[in-house]
Amino acid sequence: MLTPTHVMLFSLALFGIGIVGVLTRRNAILVLMCIELMFNAANLNFVAFAWSFPEISGQVFAVFTICIAAGEAAVGLAILIALVRNRENINIDEIHLLKW
Amino acid sequence: MEPQLLAFVLLALVALFSAVMMVTRRNLVHSALYLVVTFLAVAAIYVVLHAEFLAVVQVLVYAGGIMVLFLFVILLVDLPREMAARKRSRKGHVATALILSALVVGLLGYELATTRGTSGPPGSPLSAEGGNLEAVALTLFRYYLLPFEVVSLLLLVAMVGAILLARPKT
Repeated sequence: MLTPTHVMLFSLALFGIGIVGVLTRRNAILVLMCIELMFNAANLNFVAFAWSFPEISGQVFAVFTICIAAGEAAVGLAILIALVRNRENINIDEIHLLKW
Repeated sequence: MEPQLLAFVLLALVALFSAVMMVTRRNLVHSALYLVVTFLAVAAIYVVLHAEFLAVVQVLVYAGGIMVLFLFVILLVDLPREMAARKRSRKGHVATALILSALVVGLLGYELATTRGTSGPPGSPLSAEGGNLEAVALTLFRYYLLPFEVVSLLLLVAMVGAILLARPKT
């Protein structure tokens, strides 16, 4: 019997892998990809509860999340391109202009 | 094991394996392709959970749109210095990050394990007469029309911002 708990544990594992990626990898593009993975894990929870209640609003909210993720990816990659153009570097250890 | 659970477990294993491979690969193009596999497996899980419209959107927007954008930027930003920078050892840093992540996952997992989830059979709200797409569309345009318009505005702002940021200085 498939329960929402199964789906939530799976989405938790996906989210954890995303966190590991964000914290261990130093390439800004891969960090952005890991953030997309975490968006997906959050969406899975919406869909799991929409399926479990059952209530369609959860799926509608997942649509909104996908829109936000698309906008985030576009702006993030544009920032990366601007970084490469100005500093020739996308290693996030060496991008510390705003850090003191 | 009933077929729904079996399908879910197999798809989840595929998604988790490719997600781990995505994080650990050295080559960014390989990472991006593994991420596509993860997105496709998640789309299949959406089908198992009776969210057919979302599954199609997932394939179109994530596997289609966003990943093409990522691959485009990866190939555009192939810096030789990145290759050289990978040689450094950061064992302590990796250990710290692993401990932190394990802590977060452990805490959330404990919460999940101690609270029993409710389960219910998928009923009519997930699929109107015209199927899942009609159910989503009816709810979206009946009750969430203002958020829908706001999101379209946000996408417009994101598009203008992305073009502005990525534009070469003239």
